[in-house]
Amino acid sequence: MGAGHAHRLYRHGHSPVHALPPHTKLAAVFAFVVVVVSTPREAMWAFGLYAVLLGVVAYVARVPARFLLKRLLIEVPFVAFAVLMPFVAEGERVEVLGMSLSVSGLWGAWNVLAKGTLGVAASVLLASTTELRELLLGLQRLKLPPLLVQIASFMIRYGDVITDEMRRMRIARESRGFEASGVRHWGVLAKSAGALFIRSYERGERVHLAMVSRGYAGSMPVIDEVTASRAQWSYALALPVTALVVCVVGWTL
Amino acid sequence: MHVPDGFIDAPISAATGVVAAAAVAVSLRGARRELDERTAPLAGLVAAFIFAVQMLNFPVAAGTSGHLLGGALAAILVGPYTGVLCVSVVLLMQGILFADGGLTALGVNITDMAVVTTVVAYAVFRGLVKVLPRGRGAITAASFVAAVLSVPAAAVAFTLIYAVGGTTDVSIGKVATAMIGVHVLIGIGEATITALTVGAVVAVRPDLVYGARGLRQKLKLRVGGELVDVPDTAPVAAARSHRKVWITGLVASLVLAGFVSFYASASPDGLEKVAADQGIDAKTEQHASADSPLADYGVKDVEDARLSGGLAGVIGVGVTVVAGTGVFWAVRRRRTADVSPASTSGV
Amino acid sequence: MDPVTASLEVTGLAFAYPDGHQALFGVDFSIARGERVALLGPNGAGKTTLVLHLNGILGGGVGSVKVAGLPVDKQHMAEIRRRVGIVFQDPDDQLFMPTVREDVAFGPAAAGLKGDELEARVRTALERVGMAEFAHRPPHHLSFGQRRRVAVATVLAMEPEILVLDEPSSNLDPASRRELADILRSLDVTVLMVTHDLPYALELCPRSLILSEGTIAADGKTAELLTDEELMRAHRLELPFGFDPRSVTMGA
Repeated sequence: MGAGHAHRLYRHGHSPVHALPPHTKLAAVFAFVVVVVSTPREAMWAFGLYAVLLGVVAYVARVPARFLLKRLLIEVPFVAFAVLMPFVAEGERVEVLGMSLSVSGLWGAWNVLAKGTLGVAASVLLASTTELRELLLGLQRLKLPPLLVQIASFMIRYGDVITDEMRRMRIARESRGFEASGVRHWGVLAKSAGALFIRSYERGERVHLAMVSRGYAGSMPVIDEVTASRAQWSYALALPVTALVVCVVGWTL
Repeated sequence: MHVPDGFIDAPISAATGVVAAAAVAVSLRGARRELDERTAPLAGLVAAFIFAVQMLNFPVAAGTSGHLLGGALAAILVGPYTGVLCVSVVLLMQGILFADGGLTALGVNITDMAVVTTVVAYAVFRGLVKVLPRGRGAITAASFVAAVLSVPAAAVAFTLIYAVGGTTDVSIGKVATAMIGVHVLIGIGEATITALTVGAVVAVRPDLVYGARGLRQKLKLRVGGELVDVPDTAPVAAARSHRKVWITGLVASLVLAGFVSFYASASPDGLEKVAADQGIDAKTEQHASADSPLADYGVKDVEDARLSGGLAGVIGVGVTVVAGTGVFWAVRRRRTADVSPASTSGV
Repeated sequence: MDPVTASLEVTGLAFAYPDGHQALFGVDFSIARGERVALLGPNGAGKTTLVLHLNGILGGGVGSVKVAGLPVDKQHMAEIRRRVGIVFQDPDDQLFMPTVREDVAFGPAAAGLKGDELEARVRTALERVGMAEFAHRPPHHLSFGQRRRVAVATVLAMEPEILVLDEPSSNLDPASRRELADILRSLDVTVLMVTHDLPYALELCPRSLILSEGTIAADGKTAELLTDEELMRAHRLELPFGFDPRSVTMGA
């Protein structure tokens, strides 16, 4: 995560995908990824079809390919890992361009690359078409424990506030001529982190007071409920269902 | 170490999902018991803190830097239950909002990074705090050891998950060596930062350090012009039998620490190489560098395979001992909770 | 003042924190319905402690607090918290929900309001502070002055008997400060304003209380208190440089 990251993935828009209720999208993406992960890696064509499916969703959602590809960079460490696999894995080996590579390692690399990339792409599509607030409502609707949703929503609400505080502390350090450049400066940075914790915790206590003052007694009042029509559900689930068909064909072929 | 989709096969992903869900459920109960209706705002703010502090870069040298993972820090500052919740929520949000870590791998990620790290760190920390003499120094030292063990413990957990559900047949020995070797290094960084941070908090607001509650000065009574301790209501016998548990935990930790340092000094070449890999990696993708398993095949060159394998074993055993001690302690504590409320009271 | 119509009545309130530090040493005052009163006092006088007693967040000392005749105790807590609206100093603490609308709806929804009635309540409250068009924005994206106004709206939405503001003018630029003053003047609720900002107190509150060392040291017309130099000095209250309360024509 980089600073100021909190809303970067969301792209405002009015596409049909944006308009879908958040819980249908969450369910669809999750089901899609499950299907992808359960697909046998030998069915290479299936992964191609999955990619096409996601491409269609991206097109309908008007998410530009460039944006999507850029976000896939988060995967880079694992790509590097996958590249290493053929060299270190066990078993039967083949010669490729004068290098001895493990066959199962090659399969493993392909497996991780294909599934990981599809997973990231699906998540990016979800995050870029759904507002933060909506995602939380969706999680709530999908029966995530309410307390967990509350914690997540407080985290989202105060993430920026605390990141800002951290930035101000850094500016304060730097304006006094302090520039952290090595291990010997960790003490100062850790003191900032400690101070940040104390501030966060105390803010938590003050927020609690403010909540209690407005009648909070342990459970959040439900203000917004998201609902989905049958049509919206079937629209959203078209993605994982199509993927499932591909998957089943992949297993039987 | 955010595991992507497809890295661990479907059945094991589902199984770890169940483990993670159970751990979160237990933590929800535990946190609510401790914080009652303050849980949501406090845990939310602490999660936001963990989220923010993961962005705080700690420069190592020459343009490279690492950052905190935060599991041990959360456990020590807000306790195991709230700690598990906070780190889990951070992971959940990273997965959904930033596509950081696969959705189907959420179970693996939470089990590994939220549960194992937090529980191991807290068990070690409490164990040490009980046996060490009272004082701020002890808390800092205990934080260091707790964090230094918690990171390789997560690596061990990951290796175990990988052993049963990995989708590639890289030998477990190699994975273990790579993961654990690198994470011992990362652990040292994590531990230094964690210990310094906890030290900073203890210096200002000792009451906010969950792991150190019950260590506050006892109330005094003025009797005939002299200060005397308020008589202890807890039976002395119970306290003594606790001590044995703590000492077991401590010995396990010490043995562990000894092996770790032996390993570190025995193979400087391998470690340096990892550091170099880390450095290159850190430049390209700073945030992912410190905890990605890729760096790490550098260690496969460690000449003495038996040595590194042995290390994995020792850490594994150590973690088991510590975790077992933790469970035992939790049970004991529950049983003695009514007798000695003094040790757990306070906010 | 007739105790039946008093919005707020505090009698003999004394309180010590669990660590033994005593903050209130017998506070007595009463505020009639519709009054706007300033609570002045130096740092550490016990102002915040007093405020937290008004809706029962702190309690357990001696003395009593009554809101519109209703005693502040466990039994009436839900009703008390609806009737006493506290606007805290840092709007970021007060605005904890993801959007302005949800934040304003939080209090009434916790009190059981739903559907159209809830929406109407939210709209009215936001209109009263001039923030209706920001309903769907996250609080983090508003300016400080706007957040302060939304914080007032969150409390107004509960239709409180008495509005308690903790340092309402802190960190506001002059324009936001004036806008907030206009809003506060336009409301027909009882207002208790805790502040260091003496000109603001003079502008908005005909009557002031001075809380010092845990008791009410003075109670009277704001203009008279502020011109009593000896009283002001005794309680570490200072007017800003060049400000003369005698030269100001008082607000309503």
